[in-house]
Amino acid sequence: MVVINDRSRDLGPFMPADDDGLIICRCEEITKGEIRRAVHDGMFNLHEVRRFLRCGMGLCQGQTCGRLVRSIVARELGTPIAQIDEATARAPMRPIEMSVFAKEVEDV
Amino acid sequence: MSATTADVIIIGAGAIGSAAAYNLTKKGLSVIVLERSGYIGNGGSSRNGGGVRQSGRDPRELPLAMYGVKNLWPSLSEELGMDVEYYQRGNLRLGKTEEHLRILRGLTQNANECGLDVRMIDAAEAREICPYLSGEVIGASWCPTDGHANPMLVTLAFYRAARRNGARFITGCEVTAIQKSRGRARRVVSSTGEIFEADSVVLVAGYDSNAVLASLGFFVPMSPLLMEVLVTEEMPPMFYQMLGTAMADFYGHQSSHGSFVFGGSSGYEAYNRNNGTPVSSSITAPSMCRAVLGYFPALSEAKIVRTWAGWIDECADHVPVIGLTDEVPGFVFGCAFSGHGFGISPVAGMLLAELAAGETTTLDVSAFAYDRFKAKI
Repeated sequence: MVVINDRSRDLGPFMPADDDGLIICRCEEITKGEIRRAVHDGMFNLHEVRRFLRCGMGLCQGQTCGRLVRSIVARELGTPIAQIDEATARAPMRPIEMSVFAKEVEDV
Repeated sequence: MSATTADVIIIGAGAIGSAAAYNLTKKGLSVIVLERSGYIGNGGSSRNGGGVRQSGRDPRELPLAMYGVKNLWPSLSEELGMDVEYYQRGNLRLGKTEEHLRILRGLTQNANECGLDVRMIDAAEAREICPYLSGEVIGASWCPTDGHANPMLVTLAFYRAARRNGARFITGCEVTAIQKSRGRARRVVSSTGEIFEADSVVLVAGYDSNAVLASLGFFVPMSPLLMEVLVTEEMPPMFYQMLGTAMADFYGHQSSHGSFVFGGSSGYEAYNRNNGTPVSSSITAPSMCRAVLGYFPALSEAKIVRTWAGWIDECADHVPVIGLTDEVPGFVFGCAFSGHGFGISPVAGMLLAELAAGETTTLDVSAFAYDRFKAKI
């Protein structure tokens, strides 16, 4: 999905909130306030927020927090959640040891 | 600057496009950056191994890499106001056989001839630098001034700083043509028919640059080459050198976060399922695991958390096209970085900004001219 997106759009000033200290990404310990600030810093979608803060880049790869991050970004931008792409799912589905992954062929 | 007019339009919001935008805003020029995808740095900028490497560079490209390592990388985090995770801990290129050492000696000699400090070291010295090496390693080449940084953070840091300085970034805006006015590049047309205007137009769109170049009658001989990477879980700090091997079977480093990031290949990179999205193939990550474990058995229990792939805009002669052309004044080339663009992104951004601003460039870019490609006979 591509929505024409003016990155200079005025989001208004950043307003601190009582629940900014809430941890949203448990793997990387990223708070709601950090995610909201990243949006004000120009990170307008899950891909950029992820690359900027590392939320969703830990052991669970965002399988736990992805939806929450998406809704926080949408709300901060004032756009419907459907306009925010989900993060890309990447192989492997579960963390796999290098020694196990390496055995895709025999005689290793 | 109006909504659609600026001093300079940059096509492509990757690391180099964003760096050029940042440099132009510092000169006081107005900038519009147009990006086809919905995301900043969606191409090679967020899909590369993060090497800030001078060793192994083409002699034409080496002055750019050396300038960056000396003048731009050390202060980049400070300059851009956020940590871009730059490490200057050297580059080890490892060998296990006499044949490997012969290759490494050749690379070392080439680097020395270009004035770069690279030397051969024995197994004991290599192990002193990195104690986790397999016992099979018998020697290495060592470039102490090489390093790595986080490509996603570098790209976003340039974007963030340029945006704060007033550069206008528009994502989801696919450029289909550049049009001339009185012989100069002037109008930039989007797929939705929107027209942007500027005194200079910089094209930094990776492999997709050719689609836009066609509107000016230009073509750069490059092809999309798949590169694949795997990322481990967070590991305790082990070693922060940039790593590679004589046979180039893998390369990588440990990031600030603790993950190892390793790139490698299966041998089928030229034949990929190009459906518009770079896709990891199921045989490549295991191949990379075998390559890495052959040199770093200590990582056998490290868990892979994700794999990803990206396109390299591989130029026919493996160095970029950077510069102006008499054929279309006001147009600036910046493409075909051939998979080594990230390490020179701050330098390339500086040079493209100088070209767009009509200034003399800090470094000579004549070796990167668009008209260097000649027929074989």
